[in-house]
Amino acid sequence: MTYELIPLLPLASFLILGMFGHWIRDKAHLVAVPAIVLSLGISILAFFDVAGGHHSTIRLYTWLTSGMLDVHIGLSIDRLTSVMLLLVTTVSALVHVYTIGYMQGEPGYARFFSYIALFTFSMLMLVLADNFLQLFVFWEAVGLCSYLLIGHWYERQSAVAAATKAFVVNRVGDFGFMLGLLLVFTTFDSLDYATAFANVGPATAQVMNILEPVGGSFEVSTITVICLLLFMGAIGKSAQFPLHVWLPDAMEGPTPISALIHAATMVTAGVFMVARLAPLYNASPAAMSVVAVVGAITMVLGATIALTQTDIKRVVAYSTMSQLGYMMMACGLGAYAAGIYHLMTHGAFKALLFLGCGSVIIALHHEQDMRRMGGLKDRLPITYWTFVIGSLALAGFPLTAGFFSKDDILVSAWAAGPLGQVLSMFGVLTALLTAFYSFRLVFVTFWGPSRVDQQHAAHVHEPSPTMTVPLVILAVLSIATGYVGIPEFLAPVFEGGDGAHGGGAMGIMLLATAMGLLGIGGAYYAYVLHPSLPDRWAHQWRTAYEWSFHKWYFDEAYDRSIVRPTFTVAVELWKRIDVAVIDGAVNGVARAIAWGAWFLRLVQSGQTQHYALGMALGAVVILTLLMVM
Amino acid sequence: MAQFFFFYFALVIAASSVLVVALRNPIYSALSLLIMFFHVAGLYVTLHAEFLAAVQVIVYAGAILVLYLFVVMLLNLKHDERYHRQWPVAAAVGSILVLEAVVLTLVKGRTALARPPVSEPSVEGLGNTESLGDVLYSTYLFPFEVASLILLVAMIGAIILAKKDLSGESLQ
Amino acid sequence: MIPLSYYVTLSAVVFFTGLVGVLIRRNIIIILLSVELMLNATNINFVAFSQSLHNIAGQVFVFFALTVAAAEVAVGLAIIIALHRAKHTINVDEFQLMKW
Repeated sequence: MTYELIPLLPLASFLILGMFGHWIRDKAHLVAVPAIVLSLGISILAFFDVAGGHHSTIRLYTWLTSGMLDVHIGLSIDRLTSVMLLLVTTVSALVHVYTIGYMQGEPGYARFFSYIALFTFSMLMLVLADNFLQLFVFWEAVGLCSYLLIGHWYERQSAVAAATKAFVVNRVGDFGFMLGLLLVFTTFDSLDYATAFANVGPATAQVMNILEPVGGSFEVSTITVICLLLFMGAIGKSAQFPLHVWLPDAMEGPTPISALIHAATMVTAGVFMVARLAPLYNASPAAMSVVAVVGAITMVLGATIALTQTDIKRVVAYSTMSQLGYMMMACGLGAYAAGIYHLMTHGAFKALLFLGCGSVIIALHHEQDMRRMGGLKDRLPITYWTFVIGSLALAGFPLTAGFFSKDDILVSAWAAGPLGQVLSMFGVLTALLTAFYSFRLVFVTFWGPSRVDQQHAAHVHEPSPTMTVPLVILAVLSIATGYVGIPEFLAPVFEGGDGAHGGGAMGIMLLATAMGLLGIGGAYYAYVLHPSLPDRWAHQWRTAYEWSFHKWYFDEAYDRSIVRPTFTVAVELWKRIDVAVIDGAVNGVARAIAWGAWFLRLVQSGQTQHYALGMALGAVVILTLLMVM
Repeated sequence: MAQFFFFYFALVIAASSVLVVALRNPIYSALSLLIMFFHVAGLYVTLHAEFLAAVQVIVYAGAILVLYLFVVMLLNLKHDERYHRQWPVAAAVGSILVLEAVVLTLVKGRTALARPPVSEPSVEGLGNTESLGDVLYSTYLFPFEVASLILLVAMIGAIILAKKDLSGESLQ
Repeated sequence: MIPLSYYVTLSAVVFFTGLVGVLIRRNIIIILLSVELMLNATNINFVAFSQSLHNIAGQVFVFFALTVAAAEVAVGLAIIIALHRAKHTINVDEFQLMKW
């Protein structure tokens, strides 16, 4: 079957809209939507094909072969890839439809569609890759699309700054990724997954001395170094601590792309990478521990910050960060299937939550502060109910998909040794916080008296079907994906790493559920029954509130320790070297020539006798030469 | 004896040439030049070039110098005769050049020079005038004719250049 | 016999005196006079060599040099007169049309 079409259809959409968008304008969706829906259809076919036991590999194009290096574009569709294909194409298709309503009448309509088509293409190629280099190339490509889309409203200063921040922070991680890539090549003499995975066994014995350049001696397993370096890229891409700072700012972009890129797909690329490279990570317990701990820290960090944020998109953004931490923690503890399962369900309900936010924002004429919302549940029924379903899934309410996937993670974590047990306790705590802040969001936004601006209060109405239908579909998926047996489907991919279901499973499940319900109840208590309570708490625990509200001062710390010194160095270099030395040299040469010309001009006095003197001097020179030679 | 004549002539030639350059009054300069011409003619006589000596006196002293004096008196200018500002440099250059020329002559000059291919009868055989005339109308006939042409051109040129420009009338 | 080098030295002295005169004097007429000095110096040189090499060609050259010098003086003085008519001066340093 022609599985190449899966990524190539969005690519065609991008090219057509990119070149002819100026003339297509408001009809752009007629090109974009059919392309992506068709791609979704083929992905479904691919899924069933893989389920039937067929592993497809297609070699599209060999760019160069040089010695051991073989650079090519190839597609490989196994179970993990097919699951990701479904996720990406489904969410992308729904976002495409949603965009028709959300971006209606905007001047950048066609451009937006072309960019999300490009993004979809890049993301699909990323998950379809069969070699490290292709993974990296499209890793960068999705970063580029993220930049383009966050900065879609490019006349906004804040949007441009956010886009640049996202790209630069990702770059920091990608530096590690590139080093890891080089190391993979030197270790395995190849950049193909197949070759690398086949030779992991013998390679585990290899060690390298990382202190060699400075004359020291500290030997680590090469595989560990590779895994950690590649993980650096994942830290950047999946907004893990400490490179998480770009994700909240990315909310400057239009809401559809917050849903597509920063919830369901691009940010999950990091988790996908760790899962894809499971054979490598399994060979390095040290790296896996690092991954798990970083994931856990991120998980807790995101949840604590989300408690106090007032911009609805920011709350959901920090929630995403926290959930990504869950997934990364799961992969780090060997529960890859659980991590990917949660990735998939999260893709559904988080996209739903974002699109729901978008619906609210549009209904209230681009209002994003929840303190100016309230009383919307009767005015926006579809939005409200789908949002509630999404929040229940996020909180892990029983019978939703989120419940099953989060439980799967916590249970697998508990069964993964002492580290796993500690981290799973943190996971349970975070479940409490998650439920609390997600229902805080629901209650403050939709319940209670209306604090909406009087001007807009009268016009609040449900948006068009192009926006509400995707919400409904995602709500259904938020429940349904819990029942299709993803973990079992993925299990054969991760032999040797999947977590076992032990005796503590039931206890963990009950504990997590209890935490979830406790969180929802607490939010109800604090925001519906006694609305003055949150302000009193904020006052009582001032320090904790401030730290949470100001995102633990990460941006300020980075600014002071990295950004400002870099600027100072740059300014100094500019003034000392660029202006004084380089410009000075260039201008100096020009000035010297001008001065020389002015000087030489004096020779032309117009007086014949001066010229005659010149001739006489010439004669002196010649005679002198004759004398000495 | 010959040496005495040579040194006398040489000394006066050198002295009068310096005077030509140094004297501020143009008439005095011209007269110094006259003295120099005569002594150069005398030098030619000691070199057995009597005809040339005669021609030197007639042409240089008799025609050219007179012409100069005519023009000097015609233009009748004030004697603002400071030297040019570059005179120290020029003097230095001049002395260096003289020095170098002399050194070069003494150190590198060779008295045994290659004879030119055309060997003319020596000056001692015939008289100077005869030998000169002999060569002039045979071997050097063409330059002779060209010389007369040059004189013609100079004559015409001088007339045209010095003629007063009568307004409205073209030059015939 | 007077050595040839004496004549050459004399010729050099006169020639460079004339050169210095060209460089120093501001009166055009005197400059032309100095040029005559230079021409005479070369004539002395030619005659001396002609005598030394027993070759009449040197004297022939002097003959022609003389002729040309006469022609040159005629034209040169005519130019000076024309210049005087135009600018009423014969100081060389007042003719500065070739200045930058």
